[in-house]
Order: sequence, then structure tokens, then C-alpha cells
Amino acid sequence: MRSSTTAHEKNGKPLVQLKAVSKVFSNGTMALHNMSLNIRHGEFVSLLGPSGCGKSTALRIIAGLGEPSSGSIDWPTSEHDASGKALSEISFVFQEPTLMPWATVFNNVWLPLRLKGISKSAASHRVLEALEMVGLESFIGSYPRELSGGMKMRVSIARALVTRPKLLLMDEPFAALDEITRFKLNNDLLHLWETFGWTVVFVTHSVFESVYLSDRIVVMAARPGRVVSDMKVEAPYPREEEFRTSSTYNAYCRKASAALHAAMEANDHL
Amino acid sequence: MTEPDPKTAFAHVPAQLDEPQPVSGTKDTAGERLLKFAIPVAMLALLVAVWAWYVSAYNVPHYILPSPTRVLDALITDWAILSAALLITLEITFTALGIALVGGVSIAIIMVQSRWVELALYPYAVILQVTPIVAIAPLILIYAPTTQAALLICAWIVAFFPILSNTTQGLKSIDHNLLNLFELYGATRWQTLIYLKLPSALPYFLAGLRIAGGLALIAAVVAEFAAGSAGAKSGLAYRLLESQFRLNIPRLFAALILLSATGVMIFAVTSFVSHLLLRRWHESALRREN
Repeated sequence: MRSSTTAHEKNGKPLVQLKAVSKVFSNGTMALHNMSLNIRHGEFVSLLGPSGCGKSTALRIIAGLGEPSSGSIDWPTSEHDASGKALSEISFVFQEPTLMPWATVFNNVWLPLRLKGISKSAASHRVLEALEMVGLESFIGSYPRELSGGMKMRVSIARALVTRPKLLLMDEPFAALDEITRFKLNNDLLHLWETFGWTVVFVTHSVFESVYLSDRIVVMAARPGRVVSDMKVEAPYPREEEFRTSSTYNAYCRKASAALHAAMEANDHL
Repeated sequence: MTEPDPKTAFAHVPAQLDEPQPVSGTKDTAGERLLKFAIPVAMLALLVAVWAWYVSAYNVPHYILPSPTRVLDALITDWAILSAALLITLEITFTALGIALVGGVSIAIIMVQSRWVELALYPYAVILQVTPIVAIAPLILIYAPTTQAALLICAWIVAFFPILSNTTQGLKSIDHNLLNLFELYGATRWQTLIYLKLPSALPYFLAGLRIAGGLALIAAVVAEFAAGSAGAKSGLAYRLLESQFRLNIPRLFAALILLSATGVMIFAVTSFVSHLLLRRWHESALRREN
């Protein structure tokens, strides 16, 4: 297996740049304050923070689900359409599997391609490929109701992968799963990321998950949501289960925890 | 260096480790199925037997309460008149239901597209619904070109509202995350309607359809009472009234039985359609696992 440094254009060209982005909701809550963030091609970035720190809001703004109140988002290396909007291939994985209950696994994964006007027969190869990646190719005819929580999340990931995205945005995708399933999906996600070299922005409130997965952790604080720390996780990929018990892992967990505590204490004094 | 094969990247973690949830359909054992059929039939037989016994034991005159055999007799001998009337009533009921279905769903779709349209239309839908149909029927009789048309309009007004209101509710109750997903993948309004909103509203629509089916029949009968139409185009309601005037109570009962059977049939058909469409995915059609 390739090592991550060759598989990815590490520290490569910037993919998306948030410049002084603020977001104020209609009820007056300031969800994000002056957030700047450069995400480079091939990075696995975790946004780590307590509830209400605006990490999901930041992810939604990157996805284009909601405009920032001020500031801008640039896609320096992406192709742009006529209106100047970036044609970056983004996929989003929500905290809930967000599957259509009336549609089979196949039809759920086909959806992003179907919305682009790709017929069932033309899409079938890619749908099967995406389902093979998550190990669910034998469940194409099943309905979401018939699947376990972990399998639903796999379908959700397959749906995100079917468009062959450059950027995968994940909003606490494994938060609702039990620990055993979550560890398994963590490993699967890392394998896929190493294989395909997309860029991942992964929102989580788990220090352990962020250290295990990412090569960069952005720690955020709440009220108002802002970046307080931006650290590298200098541990080589592939990371396997042994990594969870290594001293490097522990050291980074301590470091990330400390940053998170500092962020939360700063708020207690407000 | 070789690119790892994506197909084997997952080989170490079989997905099947996550156990699929067992979903049992509504399959009963043979004994349960037999009972489900036998109990209602036995109950019906018992009721008819009590009825027959009461009429003969107390010598009830047949113009007050005819015996079951007399009713059956009337059903057979008057079949020519009754079946013609039944056809007319069925025609009105199903035409009204059909128009209510198309109209209710279309107006619901238009209403959820724009809040202004909803504000403009919804109060009138409510007014039409809450005004008793017998009160509007005389007016409709004056304005409608034929009595048939008047009956149709009455049945339509009554059947229309449950479909409209349920479908509107369904079209508004869409999972917000799924809406976000559709927006993210650049779905057009039309695609969102076809692939998300309509399937999502289907259970609500079907519940409305079941109510509307029963109401359409009731309205067709009530409107005919109000219209008092006579002649070749008479429905079951007119035959009921006529039998009452002539003290032909067995025929009245026969007409009543036909009406009830029609109502039951409409309910059974709409329930069956609903079951067929929802059985694979909707909570209402699945058994609870305990």
C-alpha cells in the first residue's frame, strides 16, 4: 500500500479557502465569527469542537447549503461555471443516514446520478462500484428499513462516493453508531481515503476519532463559533487498530484534548 | 507500487457483521389466517340468525321488519331495478372520486409551491368542506345542467377535501436532511417533486384517499336524497326513498345492503392499494418487532 505522503498531494494546492467567514442566524445567534481556513488537496481535516461551535455550520457553508453572512469562500483550483460558482464535486454525509425509505439501496445510491440525468442502466456500473466499496453489493434490492444502523450509514457513504467526489464533507457521520461499528467504519473510511485520495472534512466532537482519522485537526470554540487551534497529526498512514494503543496516538489525544479544554474554559470565563 | 484494489480494501471487514434488522411482513400462521376469516363470518351468521328468529318469534309484520329470506328474495326479484340503480350510484361515486383525486393532488401540489396560492385557496377549500352538503345541494341543483351533474358536483366537493388536506400535509412533511441532500446535488424543483415530495407524501395521500372513498359514496347518496331525481337515471338513494313511500321494506333493505356492500368494497380496495404501495417501507404497513 502506498504511504499517504505519496498517495496525496500533501500540502498541495489549496482546494477551498474560507476567508473571514461569519454566519449570523435569523434569530441573532452568531454561529461563526471570522473563520478563516485553508483546506488543501488530499487532506483529511477534522473540525473538532463542542456542540454549538459552528462546525456543522462551517461544513454546510462549504457545501453551499447556506450563504455566509460575511466573508467569502474561494475554490482557487476548481473549474468555475458561467456565473463564477465553483464546479467542485462535493459530496455530503449527514449525521443521519438520510436515506429515502421508499427506495431500495440501489435507488438510494443512484440518486445523485439520477438527478444529473443519468439513466439507471448507465449508472448501474458506478452504483455497484460504490456499493462494493462499502461492502454492500449484495443488498441492492433491500429497503433501508431492513438494514442495521451501520449498514444504513454505509449506504449513505456509497451514495456520497458514487459521484466520485473530490471533496467529501462528513457531519458527525458515525456519532449515532455503537463503538464497535464506529471503529469498523473508521477503518473502512481510512482505507478508501488512502486508495482514492479525496479531500475529507470531517466534523466530530470526539477527540479520539479526530486523532485516529485525520492528518490535521482544527479545534473550534463556541459562542461565537471560531477556530482556536490548528494542529497536524504527524502519524503515518496506513493506520490500523494498533495505532489506537500507540504512544503517538495517546500524545496527540492529550494535545487535542488540552486544546479542546482550553477552548471550552475560555468560554466559561465569558 | 500497485494501487490497492478498492474491491478488496474492505475484505477484512465483512459488512455482514452488522446484522440486518429482521423485518417480518404481515405473515400469519395458517390457524391465525383461518380465524381472521372465520370470526367475522360466524358473527355475520349469528346476527342474521338472531334477526330471522326475532321476526318469526314475535310475528313482526314484513312492512316493519322483513325476514332475511324476504330481503334476499327482494334482492333477487328486483335485481334488474336495483342493479341499474347501483350502477348509477357507482358511476357517480367513482367519477367524483377520480376527479377529487386528480384535483386534490394537483391543487395540493400548486399550494405547496407558493404560500400566497395557499393563503388564497385554502380558506375556500375549508368553507366548501364545513358547509353541510345537503345545504348546498339545492343550489347546485339549480345551477347544474343536469341532475347527474349536480350529484357529481356534490360527491366531488365532499371527497375532494380529505385528499387535498392530507396531500398538502404530506408534501409539507419532508425530511429536512433529504431536502438539503437534494439541494446539494442540484436537484431541480421538478426532480425534488417527483423523486422526493410525492413519494414522501404518498402515505398521507393514501390515508386521505381511504376517507374520501367512503365520503364520496355517502355524498352521492345524500345528494340524491336532496335532488330526489326520478326516472331512468335513478340511483340507489332514489330507490330507497321510493321503497319507503311504497312500504316495500324488503326492497329498501336490499338497496341498503347493496349500499353497505359498496362502501365496504371501496374501503377494501383503497386499503389494499395502500397496503400494496406501502408494504415494503412504511411503518404503518410493517409489524412491530418486540
